[in-house]
Amino acid sequence: MATTLYDKLWAAHVVAEEGNGVCLLYIDRQMLHEVSSPQAFEGLRAKGLRPRNPTYHLAVADHSVPTRHRDRPIADPQARAQVALLEANAREFGIELLTLGDPRQGIVHVTGPEQGFTLPGLTLVCGDSHTATHGAFGALAFGIGSGECESVLATQTLRMPKAKTLRVNVTGDLPPGVGAKDIILAVVGKLGSNGAIGHAIEYAGPAIRALSMEGRMTLCNMSIEAGSRTGLVAPDETTFAWLKGRPKAPKGADWDAAVAYWRTLPTDEGAVFDREITIDATRLVPQVSWGTSPDQVADVTGLVPNPASLADAEQAAKTAKALAYMGLVPGQALRDVTIDHVFIGSCTNGRIEDLRMAARVLTGRKVAAGVTALVVPGSGAVKAQAEQEGLDRVFLDAGFEWREPGCSLCVAMNDDRLPPGARCASTSNRNFEGRQGQGARTHLMGPAMAAASAIAGHIADPRDYLEAV
Amino acid sequence: MEPFIRLSAVAAPLNEADIDTDIIYPARFLTITAKKGLGRYAFHDRRFDGQGQELPEFVLNREPWRQAAILVAGANFGCGSSREQAPWALLDQGIRCIIAPSFGDIFRGNCYRNGMLPVVVDEATHAALLADAEAGLELHVDLEAGFITRPDGATVAISIDPQKRDALLNGWDEVMTILNQRGDTIAQYETQRRQRFPWLG
Ligand code: SF4
Repeated sequence: MATTLYDKLWAAHVVAEEGNGVCLLYIDRQMLHEVSSPQAFEGLRAKGLRPRNPTYHLAVADHSVPTRHRDRPIADPQARAQVALLEANAREFGIELLTLGDPRQGIVHVTGPEQGFTLPGLTLVCGDSHTATHGAFGALAFGIGSGECESVLATQTLRMPKAKTLRVNVTGDLPPGVGAKDIILAVVGKLGSNGAIGHAIEYAGPAIRALSMEGRMTLCNMSIEAGSRTGLVAPDETTFAWLKGRPKAPKGADWDAAVAYWRTLPTDEGAVFDREITIDATRLVPQVSWGTSPDQVADVTGLVPNPASLADAEQAAKTAKALAYMGLVPGQALRDVTIDHVFIGSCTNGRIEDLRMAARVLTGRKVAAGVTALVVPGSGAVKAQAEQEGLDRVFLDAGFEWREPGCSLCVAMNDDRLPPGARCASTSNRNFEGRQGQGARTHLMGPAMAAASAIAGHIADPRDYLEAV
Repeated sequence: MEPFIRLSAVAAPLNEADIDTDIIYPARFLTITAKKGLGRYAFHDRRFDGQGQELPEFVLNREPWRQAAILVAGANFGCGSSREQAPWALLDQGIRCIIAPSFGDIFRGNCYRNGMLPVVVDEATHAALLADAEAGLELHVDLEAGFITRPDGATVAISIDPQKRDALLNGWDEVMTILNQRGDTIAQYETQRRQRFPWLG
């Protein structure tokens, strides 16, 4: 029978059927970070348990780490204690640790793939909702809570119901100046913030095949913003070429055997999905969010919506509430919205290609007066690569700050935090109330638009800046 | 975990779609590594102003909902991040049952593991329960019997996976349950996995 990529990944990991569609699923790999792991380790300790297989886990400090003054101890005592606890737990339980001072340290979803910890065909989890990022490699990857982290440490399994399947077909070629972030913002806008609950998404079609691994990770990363825990792209030559030679990727005969298996994973011709939607890439325009939920997006050439003109009362109320928080006027052109902060980074857009794209827009230009702009590379490896290419100079010359890797302004858990009322052009994935600081306002967009907006001092269409280059 | 069998309590109405985990538990409190005592951070920025004073308009700051142990929430409640601090904070605040048209998947799973009961209801039922909540009336949730009784005596079925129900009723710990019931099966799977996928170690 013709089956989907998701079905194949699922079937290969079923340890036992538990009835009612629930299965006990084997988990091949887990990434652990300082926020969601302490209580999991505490749970093990309380029950006198040890990790079933310590080498299947990788601990990385990312969420609360500062992005400057790395030569000093972490200033915030609570964050310092949290990172120290991750280090102590990793040591106590025999788990490999990438912490501050290690050149490989970075955001879990950037570091894992870079190290080859992420591979096609795996089940991979992390106590973090953006774990779907790793689905870009054709791995069944999803976010879990701390209690589930404990289960995976102790049993290497999770009990869960199988999801329904949803294929997002992206047809045609992307126009110039439009990237993976624009695809996923448009998809989330189309599906709605809860439109894919209970579904595993597979992204398919020519526009997806043409994406680099970085682009595919950007895409899968935001699956959760439509309610789906899982985003997938079938592995192909692009995947294998990207992974080959990575530190933890299989070597020699193992590599050949693995690739042979990985080639069997893509969805079979004629396989049936529970749902399908199609997006025409040729018609996509750079996307920007205007609200407080990632599905509240529009074309950058568009207007702030008017709640009064919405037929659906619930939508109208939701829109009005978002506009009140965002301090926007209905009918206002999005390009007229002035910004005072720019953040380029996060597990959505903190990879080398994102920095290259932003640097392309910034070359020979300056950040507008009154705008504070920050680049936070997604990992130490991304930072080193960017510096080798001279991108740091481009950012610094334009007036950006060049920081050390971490989550930073994506979640504002460290000292990178916006003041109330600040308005930020951000390449991160969530525009929730208070996400970048209490009362701060976030506009989600791709790295080219964030760079263009930094120069303009207001939300700007990156195509106006890319044409000129 | 504490068993969940039945519960009679005032239900607080919070009829807003997409209440995300950043609203339930703001990220800046995520450096706290404890699991207990997080109740004061629940809905923090909706409950308190910049000076830490209660905002009187927020439902949990008003009578009779200060004592609410049930929340009647809007669609997609708990969307966003996987932080288990969200259910921990709600639990510590006294909330044990949340009723909504839909939930963020990860949040919903996290509830079960902490002895909390998320209940998905259709639109009409949601409207009725919301009216009860707004009137400050008590709901009677009986997981053992499998339904919620409204103040007027009408009942609403609780649909739940039987395993989750058993775990809640008995307060079973998921980790120990898996190890006890499936330890051998996992070991068998691992043997076969080593042959099939030798590159996974
Ligand atoms: S960068 Fe943001 S979304 Fe990604 S793991 Fe860090 S906090 Fe989560």
